[in-house]
Amino acid sequence: MTSKPRDAATASSPLGLLLIAGAVATVGLLIVAPLASVFVDAFSNGPRAWWEALAHDPDTRHAIWLSLTVAPVAVIVNTVFGVAAAWLVARFRFPGRSLLVSLFDVPFSVSPVVAGLALVLIFGRQGLLGPTLAWLAVKVIFAWPGLVLATTFVTLPLVVRELIPVMEAIGPEEEMAAVSLGANGWQVFWRVTLPNIRWALLHGIVLANARAMGEFGAVYVVSGHIAGATDTMPLRVEKLFQEYRTPASMAVASVLAALALLTLVAKVFIERQLETESKELEAARVPGADTDPSTGGLGK
Amino acid sequence: MSIRVNGVSKSFGTFKALDNVSLDVPQGTLLALLGPSGSGKTTLLRIIAGLEWPDGGRIEEDGEDITDRHARQREVGFVFQHYALFRHMSVFENVAFGMRVRKEPAEKIKSRVDELLHLVRLDGLGGRKPSQLSGGQRQRVALARALAIRPRILLLDEPFGALDAKVRVELRQWLRRLHDEIGMTTVFVTHDQEEAFELADEVVVMNHGRVEQRGKPDEVFDKPATPFVMDFLGNVNVFHGRVENGRAFWHGVPIAYPDYPHAQPRPARVYLRPHELDIARAAPAGAAPAIESEKSLPATVLRQTRTGPITRITCQPLEGGGELNVDLPTAAARELAFLPGERVTITPRSVRVFLPDPEYVI
Repeated sequence: MTSKPRDAATASSPLGLLLIAGAVATVGLLIVAPLASVFVDAFSNGPRAWWEALAHDPDTRHAIWLSLTVAPVAVIVNTVFGVAAAWLVARFRFPGRSLLVSLFDVPFSVSPVVAGLALVLIFGRQGLLGPTLAWLAVKVIFAWPGLVLATTFVTLPLVVRELIPVMEAIGPEEEMAAVSLGANGWQVFWRVTLPNIRWALLHGIVLANARAMGEFGAVYVVSGHIAGATDTMPLRVEKLFQEYRTPASMAVASVLAALALLTLVAKVFIERQLETESKELEAARVPGADTDPSTGGLGK
Repeated sequence: MSIRVNGVSKSFGTFKALDNVSLDVPQGTLLALLGPSGSGKTTLLRIIAGLEWPDGGRIEEDGEDITDRHARQREVGFVFQHYALFRHMSVFENVAFGMRVRKEPAEKIKSRVDELLHLVRLDGLGGRKPSQLSGGQRQRVALARALAIRPRILLLDEPFGALDAKVRVELRQWLRRLHDEIGMTTVFVTHDQEEAFELADEVVVMNHGRVEQRGKPDEVFDKPATPFVMDFLGNVNVFHGRVENGRAFWHGVPIAYPDYPHAQPRPARVYLRPHELDIARAAPAGAAPAIESEKSLPATVLRQTRTGPITRITCQPLEGGGELNVDLPTAAARELAFLPGERVTITPRSVRVFLPDPEYVI
């Protein structure tokens, strides 16, 4: 954080005060108040009722369990894919590279509902792979694999996007140095690449996890919304709410909101680490120094 | 370990980084690859290290073809331009890296790292992170790390490029002594001629992916083989003259040039080094010419600039215009005490003449 001496005149001028008040009001109205009301509603009948709403309803329990299994799998897939793809893009130049980078962003630009429908069109019983899957007796849509697929799809850009700039900034020299010192591919990755990208990777993972836990649209389409079978936490919140069981709905929602807050804390912590590392990278770019070889030697 | 580079070429897209380069580096030599940026010197170094693959040509070590051998197996110590130290590892772990990946026993690693840190005069700094070191210290860590794997050859990419002038000179002398002690075949890349001439046993001047000249520092400096080398070494007076009948003419002053015996005149470039020119006060009108001869050029003094032990006198030839620099020891210049506007005569002790397209000469 840069702590520039603030211009006191601007901060206390009428316009400055107005802008500050506007910002505080917006954040309060749109973010703080709704978040607080979730917790207020969730605990309106006391912590005991909150706990019972979560633990004693088998469908809710199952939804929590399902979210806790779907999200990590999606995050793991994302992590492996993200590291591999970022490495490919950051270390190699090949035809179609920028197209590939733009394709990573498709899940951000496509509506999650459309993504879900697309998965149904491919993996559904009437879909492209439907007969094959039926023959293999594998159920994707309206089942756990479909949830994982949809969740992975919507979270796909998060890890890759986080890693590409970091890997490009670090450059390939350390990896080359490791190779010339005799390291094989795995040794280079575990001892050099991974430690260098660890905070960026963790940042991506935290964001991907938050998104995976909270995903509604794409999962809604592929899940079929079967209580006790394919309902994840966000779907369960919605269903309870539709059934006028607001306190129970808010109890589940409060778990999701708490997760969001945790994510926020983790994010701030990781971002501090990232900032420290990027400063170190800057410092490693050699102090002083004429690094421009084009200025030639002496003479001229 | 001797290295032989045999007809190596490498292109990046349409850019030809190396164009059929051949080079021998005998065992124990300290060789400098000298050239401007984009001359292909770093690419050549990386190809020798196996960090880059040649499009054509072979690399041999002690007569053994290693072109297809992976960098991992080449046993080459490589020091990167910006050192490429492992940022998250301590100095100790940086130096130990090559032995760790070879799964050498911990005690052996410990004693070898301590020995190397002592060699590069970084005793007691093993626990530091690279970011806590100065540029010169990082450079020495990079060197220790490269030496830790007991390489058969040592390659350094602009080893002193990122250091300030004083540290650079110290490290240079230190590296020369180190090389004399361990006697390892060493190749380093530089764009700084002073560095190349001071440090190296042999200098290879490169330009546009080709070797322009190779030789001992004195040979390259005294007998530049091509106009490029002459220009690149810098600090030279260049004039457009002509050649005919075994003589080159510079502002009408004839200079013996037996390489061109033909009668038909041809344009040529005449190179005169400032320290290879004699300068004398022109004889006053009427007096017997003392030094003035047909080999001397009359000129007017424009100004003098002193840079330490050398004083540079900038003159303008009476005919033809342009400027001409003459370097004198400062003591001599002080004794002569030229004033601006004074008439002088300039006599070259040595001249180099290059014809624009040599293929024309039959």
